[in-house]
Amino acid sequence: MARIIVVTSGKGGVGKTTTSAAIAMGLAKKGHKTAVIDFDVGLRNLDLIMGCERRVVYDFVNVINGEASLNQALIRDKNCKQLYILPASQTRDKDALSQEGVGKILDALKKDFKYIVCDSPAGIEKGAHLAMYFADDAFVVTNPEVSSVRDSDRMLGILASKSRRAERNEEPIKEYLLLSRYSPDRVKLGEMLSVDDVQEILSLHLLGVIPESKSVLNASNSGIPVILDEKSDAGQAYADIVARYLGEDRPHRFIDDKKGFFGKFFGSK
Amino acid sequence: MSTDPHKTPYAPSVLEFKSSTFSVPVLVLSSDDLVAIEQQLQEKISLAPEFFRNSPLVLDLQELNKKGYDIDFAVLADIVRKSGLLPIGVRGGNVQQNKQALELLIPVYSIHSSGVSADTQKQKTIMPTPEPVTDSASTTLITQPIRSGQRIYSSGDLIILAQVSAGAEIMAEGNIHVYSTLRGRALAGVQGNTEARIFCSDLQAELISIAGNYKISEDLDETVRKKPVQIYLQNQTLIIKDIA
Ligand SMILES: Nc1ncnc2c1ncn2[C@@H]1O[C@H](COP(=O)(O)OP(=O)(O)O)[C@@H](O)[C@H]1O
Ligand SMILES: [Mg+2]
Repeated sequence: MARIIVVTSGKGGVGKTTTSAAIAMGLAKKGHKTAVIDFDVGLRNLDLIMGCERRVVYDFVNVINGEASLNQALIRDKNCKQLYILPASQTRDKDALSQEGVGKILDALKKDFKYIVCDSPAGIEKGAHLAMYFADDAFVVTNPEVSSVRDSDRMLGILASKSRRAERNEEPIKEYLLLSRYSPDRVKLGEMLSVDDVQEILSLHLLGVIPESKSVLNASNSGIPVILDEKSDAGQAYADIVARYLGEDRPHRFIDDKKGFFGKFFGSK
Repeated sequence: MSTDPHKTPYAPSVLEFKSSTFSVPVLVLSSDDLVAIEQQLQEKISLAPEFFRNSPLVLDLQELNKKGYDIDFAVLADIVRKSGLLPIGVRGGNVQQNKQALELLIPVYSIHSSGVSADTQKQKTIMPTPEPVTDSASTTLITQPIRSGQRIYSSGDLIILAQVSAGAEIMAEGNIHVYSTLRGRALAGVQGNTEARIFCSDLQAELISIAGNYKISEDLDETVRKKPVQIYLQNQTLIIKDIA
């Protein structure tokens, strides 16, 4: 059965698009046919992070409007044959997406793909609502600061009450916490919340901690999802996250500042 | 079968009158000071803005008229509407007030006088509606966390087995039990039941209230914060007691 994963947060700039690109690539590299969809209509970011911006001909909105077929709009990733990208439109406004249209596209993708990753726009308005509405799993990306945690909590309330699963009284969306841009040094200085603080406030299953890392910016500048940078801490963090999501039991790391020590023990394969 | 030629024989009936009881807040007024009324109404609403938004309301003028005060019903209705509430009835009004109400298309209800005079009952600002409540049926049980922005209302007791986040609001006409951390706002006895209590296993609430008597986070004593407590009303004062 195909699973729809929404990468969401409420707040903007916390690392949703970075995460969407990384986990979609990670799942595809594990051999699962995966599609990643950019719901951020009007901004269009995902294709840049995936390095396929020059190959965008048709987009999500074209498909919804019947101006292009799904196959015409899907872009096959240059690094991994199992990965496809459905880019957002840069020219349209948010209202171009409709619930019915999105539902149809997801249904069609479900026939062909194992995982469908939905990169949500910020906020709790229409775009974010559509990105999460059909989801089976939610990756809630949170930064270790009070406002981001509060926004995530709000988003969790929306997942639990406004999703299709909630409306149909089905099993609720599975929720996972991804704590991103984590910096143990700053936690020590009291400038950031700790993993424990965030987990206590949200009481949510922690899928992984992604450290604040220069490698993320390098990766997005070169249009390669950071998970392909296997030597980088952020890349390894995302690899762990994908493995844990698929059922592997891996110890958490990047929580203390003993990077070297943990790196040696649980480092790249 | 119908003999009416315009009606198809299998046309299902499209309406039906049924009798149903609703639980509606009643605003009992005891002064004709419109400025004070407006101000105090705003204060009450600010305690649970989501709950009161577009809430129906019955205005009770009995007390007021008994004291010999007169009030312009049209002005009163206007104040109530401006506060975001929807007046749907008046009771205990005089002839003039009832006439004004009907002109504003607001129905006039009769007082359910059960022999107990309002004086001996010693009413509070919000009076419970005279609707019979079946206790067990109206208890609400929730097993999922209540997140920021969510609002829960129970017409009886409310039992929550998970945490209540900051920015969430839980309300009950009866008691509230939270078997986890309470960080949001908890309002028990919202229809005026002064016997209602709040129980929680970790008190970090933004606001607690019983029958309109409230405390905000800042007023909570450090000795009870983050403790399992029960909260009840004694002589109109909130008592917070450690139950560890
Ligand atoms: N782990 C990280 N370390 C450092 N910078 C990061 C990290 N994750 C994201 N960023 C940066 O934060 C910014 C916002 O990231 P993005 O994924 O676009 O967030 P969103 O999609 O939630 O708005 C980008 O500049 C990105 O490079
Ligand atoms: Mg984004």
